[in-house]
Amino acid sequence: MLEAIRCPNGHVHQPPHPRCPDCGERPTDRVDLADRIGTIVTWTSATATPPGVREPNSLAIVEFDLGTSEVVTTENEGSEGGTVRTIGGLTTREIAIGDRVRPVYVEELRDPEAGIREPTSQDWSGYRFEPI
Amino acid sequence: MTVCIIGASMTEFGRRDAWIRGLLAEAGSDCLDSSEVAPEAVEHLLVSNMASGEFEGQTGIMNALAHDLGLHPAYAERVDQTSASGGAGVYSAWQSIASGASEMTLLVGGERMTHRSTAEATDVIASITHPVEYKHGLTLPSFAGLTARRYLHQYDAPRESLARVAVKNHANGTDNPHAQFRKEITIEEAMESPIVADPLRLYDFCPITDGSAALLFCSEEVAKSYTDEYVRIAGVSGATDTHVVHERDDPTTMGGVRESSKQAYERSGYDPDDVDIAELHDMFTILEFLQFEDLGFAEKGRAWKAIEDGRTERDGDLPVNTSGGLKSKGHPLGASGVAQVYELVQQLLGAAGPRQVGAEVGLACNVGGFGNCVTTTIVEGP
Ligand SMILES: [Zn+2]
Repeated sequence: MLEAIRCPNGHVHQPPHPRCPDCGERPTDRVDLADRIGTIVTWTSATATPPGVREPNSLAIVEFDLGTSEVVTTENEGSEGGTVRTIGGLTTREIAIGDRVRPVYVEELRDPEAGIREPTSQDWSGYRFEPI
Repeated sequence: MTVCIIGASMTEFGRRDAWIRGLLAEAGSDCLDSSEVAPEAVEHLLVSNMASGEFEGQTGIMNALAHDLGLHPAYAERVDQTSASGGAGVYSAWQSIASGASEMTLLVGGERMTHRSTAEATDVIASITHPVEYKHGLTLPSFAGLTARRYLHQYDAPRESLARVAVKNHANGTDNPHAQFRKEITIEEAMESPIVADPLRLYDFCPITDGSAALLFCSEEVAKSYTDEYVRIAGVSGATDTHVVHERDDPTTMGGVRESSKQAYERSGYDPDDVDIAELHDMFTILEFLQFEDLGFAEKGRAWKAIEDGRTERDGDLPVNTSGGLKSKGHPLGASGVAQVYELVQQLLGAAGPRQVGAEVGLACNVGGFGNCVTTTIVEGP
């Protein structure tokens, strides 16, 4: 699941926060972005990567339009419009602003043991983005 | 109460033999000497530093410095706002004097970084990120690459305009004896340097640096009892933006710059038009554009034109980073915001040597994280 939250005022955010960053209300819905198609807002390909990270590391900010984004599977909660952005790796450097991408699940995005962050303090799985 | 700065110092920036305690003591001691204030007059000591524990395994550095400078029993506190720790220290120092809690406050900012490899130092700094960013290997340089691509696309700006920032700041740095790099570069060299975070290249980034800087604060009444050579803090403020960078509505706008400067302008009574000189946080060339716009010096999407037109050159109408900026001076995290104000003090007191420009009002903008926390300080001359 690529989890986003929606608050009673319709603001959608990824990642989840205990309170809505826009209005401070507690979120009421969960939205899964994993089966949707998004659009590249911007991207980069970084060479000087930290310990445990692939090199080069291509990354993008991806926007999902919840009103119109194609849903690949049928089960989706809280699809009531709005846009939401996420960030993640790319499966390729052949990409441009405006390209359409789909999330691809990766079990371990970087080596949890190599960096400064305590390995057990966070999740290391997630989604990279692949052009369609 | 008007808060003044009566002493200022900075160490040589670059690759230093001294570790964090030695760097802080060097700048702190020089600052006391610069103002002829005795150690026992210092009531509050603030130490701006991001990560001495992570870099060096030395924590509690405010107490170490209080002891090394003979300041005890002065109250001592460490100020951490990541890359903006220095600016945050200026804001805290102003509060300590303005509130009446302290009659004399010494601020020392510093960082020791160069003993770490680039990959390790990048990881220490990237530890500020949210887990969803960290797990993808997001670093501060990669945020800069993402933002620069969006900026160039959104405003149809030429890639060369970013290189001009690096060329300008390197040229300014050649006249700064404290700078890490004192070497001019050309647009061609900047445009052909290795890619670090596409579309940004090596010369779009500041180096990894050791160094320290210090400032001494008191009321105007106390300042006058020591010297005629002091500057006034006209307005200072700080603000936050989203921690998770991709959650901002416009990736090319820094909300923390807008909000902190709005309040600093209000407190000072000055407008962007009144500012004669600015020290901006050019950790990456693209940041000089974003700050220039969000501080109100140019319309959104037009900073690149101002740089191309030479407005920010030393002989332009608003010189930016006469010190050489973080780009050529170097960026010892906790020291940078303090060193920005050090440059403004030199300029306003007419002590900037070959870098001297005519200025009565100066502004410093210190950016923490990728705009997560920002301080703006406006100072005026005697
Ligand atoms: Zn909300």
